[in-house]
Amino acid sequence: MPFIVRRLIFYVVAAWVALTVNFFIPRLVPGNAVEAIMSKFPDLQPSAYRALEALLGVGKGGSIWHQYWAYLVDVSHLDLGTSVSEYPAQVSTLLGQTLPWTIILVGTATVIAFLIGTVLGIAAGWRYGGGLDRLLPGLMFLQAIPYFFFALILLEVFAETFHVFPIGQGYGQGLIPGWHWAFIGSAIDHSLLPALTIVLTSIAGWMLQMRNVMITTVGEDYVIAAQAKGLPNHRVVFTYAARNAILPQLQGFGLALGFVVSGALIMEYVFSYPGIGALLVSAVTSNDYPLAQGIFLVITFAVLLANLIVDLVIVFVDPRARARGATR
Amino acid sequence: MTVAPAMTTELTAVTQEPAQPGWWRRMPTNAKAGVALFGFFVLTAIIGPLVTPYDPGYQNPSPKASMNSPSAAHLLGTTQSGQDVLSQLLVGIRLTLELGILVGVVATALAVIVGVTAAFLGGFWDELLSLLTNVFLVIPALPLLIVVLGYFPNKGELPTILVLAGLGWPWGARVIRAQTLAIRNRDFVAASQETGERTWRIIFVEIVPNEVSLIAASFVNTVLYAIGASVALAFIGVADLNSWSLGTMLYWAQSQQALQLGAWWWFVPPGLAVALIGTALVLLNTGIDEIGNPRLRDATSASRIAGRWLKPADPTPVLSEIWQRRPGLAGFLHSFSRSSLLDTELNKELLDKPEAGERR
Repeated sequence: MPFIVRRLIFYVVAAWVALTVNFFIPRLVPGNAVEAIMSKFPDLQPSAYRALEALLGVGKGGSIWHQYWAYLVDVSHLDLGTSVSEYPAQVSTLLGQTLPWTIILVGTATVIAFLIGTVLGIAAGWRYGGGLDRLLPGLMFLQAIPYFFFALILLEVFAETFHVFPIGQGYGQGLIPGWHWAFIGSAIDHSLLPALTIVLTSIAGWMLQMRNVMITTVGEDYVIAAQAKGLPNHRVVFTYAARNAILPQLQGFGLALGFVVSGALIMEYVFSYPGIGALLVSAVTSNDYPLAQGIFLVITFAVLLANLIVDLVIVFVDPRARARGATR
Repeated sequence: MTVAPAMTTELTAVTQEPAQPGWWRRMPTNAKAGVALFGFFVLTAIIGPLVTPYDPGYQNPSPKASMNSPSAAHLLGTTQSGQDVLSQLLVGIRLTLELGILVGVVATALAVIVGVTAAFLGGFWDELLSLLTNVFLVIPALPLLIVVLGYFPNKGELPTILVLAGLGWPWGARVIRAQTLAIRNRDFVAASQETGERTWRIIFVEIVPNEVSLIAASFVNTVLYAIGASVALAFIGVADLNSWSLGTMLYWAQSQQALQLGAWWWFVPPGLAVALIGTALVLLNTGIDEIGNPRLRDATSASRIAGRWLKPADPTPVLSEIWQRRPGLAGFLHSFSRSSLLDTELNKELLDKPEAGERR
């Protein structure tokens, strides 16, 4: 079985665990919190109430296995129930509106941060003890600043005080979303500051990890042998040292993605960005549990998908992953 | 704060291993800076709440006391409702550190239990626990935390600690399992097995002491995660908003528009404190890394001769390979994990067949 098929099966298992956890959370919370919450929304129609029974386990609705099966069937039809705070909007509709914003912003910014951080890490690891190493404490400090705090400071300085960037939101007021330049230009303009926040706060992590692996790799015999052969420096750095050092970095990328995405969610709330993170915060503050749970599922699936893509890249970069498929 | 000293003893245990005088001087600079900075905050957390100039929750009804900039009476100014920011900060640092360290202790204990159990039981149970670890490693924690804690009617400290710890163990468990597998096959473990030592004694006396630096790193990482997550959760209001932590300070400052009204003294100190505590932990972690990996440590002592950086003599490689074949179902399950790529069995295959392209 090829490596990638095995990984695919792993992600299916992970997705199933996420679905199951999601199903049991409202049922395991002590007390009758769920019913108490539902009573806060008296204007719910009986039909919506029935749909929520399957998701939250409110009311009777048969045995727990029966509910579980109904829930899985609903999710497989992309039916995540009805939002209670924005009743009668469907959760899936709300997700469809907000998800593209987050994927484009967080996705692009994360990839940029990863690339810059890795290149800086290669440079710092190759010339260790050099100038770039002196930047490290500063970068560690940047990394330790909470995303949202950094976002607020940037917003205050660059948007409110100096008016270099627009203040929050996803696009200019009065524009109608669509494929025309006025809107796209405005959207890009509004995404610059949030993207800058993600890049600046996450770059240090990638750089530090790459630097450390690089230092270890540079000490390996094959790198010294390559230097002894008189190969040009750039060749030794990129095709001998960096190419091997990047594998743990890529594996770390998949795992760190969850953290980056989590940080970005709260950052969106600060910028009032029309993405899924701001939606999650508003769902939780208004006790809209069906919506919050739907968002958790979608974020998890997105992270799993990104991990799968990372695996594809690993297969491309690492001959061992290909060899495995061929030999077995 | 009885937990804090345990932290430092763990670190000294790591550094004292060479058993030479002057271990402090032999410590990597990063670790020194981290210990100093973290120590400062621990001291603040212990002493701070005892010397607060005001009650952090006291609301001064006089409109003159609202949003005062720093002065002699209020060193860090006051909030919208006339509360003293410095007092809140001192109490907040204690609460936030307390929570982080408690979560760190619980989650690290879980990580050691899961990691060591998996490595020791082996076979099916190992694969099942590893699968669980990998699954929870890949599911993003913060959205799950938000959803779970959102359900608790009173979001006090205890549910927060339990849920944070319940989601914070997988990273540590993964590294500790790998290290335990490596140590388990060493001669001294085999020897103690031969002499009839009990399994639990082998685990706690022979194996766990050899993983102190790994456990310390895992602890530091978890504290970092816990502080970051708890501050973020409080900031969006998913916390007990009647208590004073750095996160709830930020929540109130944000909801009262502190920054827009120019009250930087209210908003910047708690954020800066979180960032500095985080920096201290990252520095500590890099320090522990350098202690554990001689090549990283020597990177800082490399010397420059004639414009080129020369590394010191190559230390003995400390990579511990896991020579373990996994039969049957266990091997099948393991092959789904990304780390299966690093299997030495496969490495050997590749080493035996030198790549033709290299010689061209």
